[in-house]
Amino acid sequence: MADHTDEMIAIGSCRIRLMRGGRGAPLLFLHGGGGIGIWLPCMARLAKKFDVIVPEHPGFGASDTPEWLDNIADLANFYLDFLEQYDLRGVHLVGSSLGGWIAAELAVRSATRLASLTLIGAAGIHVKGVEQVDTFLSSEEQRIRDLFYDQELAEAVLVSSQRPELEDAALKNRMITAKLSWQPRSHDPNLRKWLHRIKLPTLLIWGAHDRLFPQDYAFVYQQLITGSKAVVLAECGHLPHIEKGDEFAAELERFVDGMRIAA
Amino acid sequence: MKFFNFHLMPYRHADLEAIGRNGSAWVTFSNRHYDPHKGAELYHDYLDQLELADQLGFDGVCLNEHHQTAYGMMPIPGVLAGALARSLKRAKLAILGRALPLLNNPLMVAEEYAILDNLTRGRLIAGFVRGIGAEYHAMGINPAYSQERFAEAHDLIVRAWTEPGPFAYAGKHYQFKYVNPWPRPYQTPHPPIWIPSQGSGSTIRWAARMRYTYCQTLSPIAAVARFFQMYREEADKAGYRALPDQLAWSNTIYVGETDKKAVREARPHLDALMNYFLKMPTEMLLPPGYTDPGSMKRVRAAKVTGKPQSIDDVIKHGVVIVGGPNTVREKLAEYQDLAGFNTSLTKTQFGTLPDDMARANMTAIAEEILPHFRDRLPAGVQREAAE
Repeated sequence: MADHTDEMIAIGSCRIRLMRGGRGAPLLFLHGGGGIGIWLPCMARLAKKFDVIVPEHPGFGASDTPEWLDNIADLANFYLDFLEQYDLRGVHLVGSSLGGWIAAELAVRSATRLASLTLIGAAGIHVKGVEQVDTFLSSEEQRIRDLFYDQELAEAVLVSSQRPELEDAALKNRMITAKLSWQPRSHDPNLRKWLHRIKLPTLLIWGAHDRLFPQDYAFVYQQLITGSKAVVLAECGHLPHIEKGDEFAAELERFVDGMRIAA
Repeated sequence: MKFFNFHLMPYRHADLEAIGRNGSAWVTFSNRHYDPHKGAELYHDYLDQLELADQLGFDGVCLNEHHQTAYGMMPIPGVLAGALARSLKRAKLAILGRALPLLNNPLMVAEEYAILDNLTRGRLIAGFVRGIGAEYHAMGINPAYSQERFAEAHDLIVRAWTEPGPFAYAGKHYQFKYVNPWPRPYQTPHPPIWIPSQGSGSTIRWAARMRYTYCQTLSPIAAVARFFQMYREEADKAGYRALPDQLAWSNTIYVGETDKKAVREARPHLDALMNYFLKMPTEMLLPPGYTDPGSMKRVRAAKVTGKPQSIDDVIKHGVVIVGGPNTVREKLAEYQDLAGFNTSLTKTQFGTLPDDMARANMTAIAEEILPHFRDRLPAGVQREAAE
C-alpha cells in the first residue's frame, strides 16, 4: 500500500504537485533547485513519526509557473499562504539548498505556525572567500558528480537522469532555478541582516563534502541564528537527505525529540 | 547590394593552445593572456582598417559588443565608434549592437547612440541585441530575464528618442522619474534600428513586425535563406512587403588570386575563428532561461556546440566565401539570389588574419567584388522590377 498521496492541489490560483504521507506533527519539506522527483526513502522513514508534506515549488516539475514568480521572497510568501490555507500549526520546516533559502526567508517573515527550522546545505547567504562550484557553468555530468561524495551513487544518478521523459522537468527546473538564483548568485544580501529574528529551535545539517555550499556556510548560519545547532555528516555531499538518508532522518528525529524533552 | 565592413576586433595574438586547454576563449579564459602593448597596436590597426574601408568605398563599417573574451575586444563599442565618428568621411557607422539586457540603465544607450548620430550627422545605425549566453555569465545578468529586459529597454530607448521629455517611466526592470535625454538623435525620428540574431523565431517575427533590418549571424546559407523567408512571411502577415534592404547577411569573405591560394591563405585564420575564438561549452552559450525550453531541447539534441568545424565544410555550406575573384562573385550572386538579402556585413579580417593580409583582402574585395554588385538586387526582385 502506498504510504503517501501524490496529487495536484491549488493555493489561490496556482496549482502545484503535493506529496503527503504519515501521521504526527506536520513536517514541511522544501526541495532544492534540482526539484523533487520521488518520495525519498528518508521521507518514508520520517512518515512513521510525522505528517510529511512535500510540495513541488511553483515553477518546478509538474507545478504551475505563475506570472508573479520572480524571486525567493515570492516563494516564502507563497508558503505562508500554503500554511494558512492548510491551517498547519506547529510545523517542522525543513529546506534543502534553494529550499533552505526559502525556509529561512519564511521563518524571518513569520514563525507563528512553525515549531522548528532545519536547513540542509542551504543557500540564501554569501560567505566570502569560500570556493564554490558554478553549477550553471558545469556540464551536466560534472553538475551531478559535484552533488555527491560517493561517486558510485553519482554514477547511478547520472544513468537514471538520462531518461528522456525527465528532460522537460529537468529543463524547467534549471530555468526557474536560474531565474531565482542567478544574481546575486544563490543569496539575498538582505537576508543575513534579519536572520537574528529567527528564535525557533534550528538545526543545520550539512555534508562534510558539500561543494555547492561548503560547511563554512553551516557555521556562518550558526552564528547568525542564535541557539542553532550544526551537524556535519561525514562522507556526504550537498544532499544528505539522499546520500545519507538514514543518518539525516535520525538527526532530525533526535533534534525534535530533544525539543520535546526541553519543553 | 550594400557592403559593410564588419570587424570583431579579435585579440589575434591569443595563445590558441591555451584557449584549447581552457575549452573556450570566453569568460574563464584568463585576461593574463592579454598583453596591453600588443592590444594597443591591434586597436590602432583595426581602426585604421575601418578607416581604409571608408576610403575603399564600403557603404559602412560595423562594430559589436562582447564581454570578457579574446574573440572580440569591444566590450564598450561606443568608445571605438567615437574614435571613428570623426574620421569616417562617408561610410555609415553601425553598432550591431549594444546588448540591452546587460544594462542596468538603458538610457545610457539612448544617450550614447544619440551622440554618435550627432557626431556623424546622421550616419549611425543603431543595433540592439540580447547578447549571447556567455555575456550573462560574464556580466552577472540573469538570463531568465533576458527577453523581458530586451523588450523593456528597447521600448524605453525608442520612447526616449521620439517623445518630448521629460516624462516618467515605470517598468518592471527599469524605472525613471525623468526621461529627457540630451542630445536627441540627429536622424528623424531616430537612427535606423538593426536587429542581429542567431535565427530565433521570436526575434525574426518581432523584427519583421517592427520593420527593422534583420541581420543573420554566422550560418550556412541554406539556413540564412530559411530565416530570411520567415522574415518575409512575417512581413506579409503584418500587411507589408519586406524589401531586400531589410535583410542583411553577416559573412566572411576572403579573396585571393586563385581559389586554391585563397583557401590556403585563409584556412589557419578561419580555423582560429571557428575552432578557437568561437568555441564554448553549451552551458556557456545557452544558460538556462536564455531561450525557451523547446529551442534548448533542439540545441541539445543536435549537439551543435563544441564540435570542431572543418574549414572545407564551412566554405562548402556557404558560411563563408573564400576563393579567387570569379568564384567569390559567383557564389555571392548565387547566395544573394537564394536568400534575397541586399546587405552584406562582411568580416574582412577574421581570427588570426594579420594586418597586411586583411588590408589586401579589403582592397581585393573593393576592386574585384563591390563594383559588380553595386546595383545588383536579388533575382526575385530583379524579375519583379522587369515585369
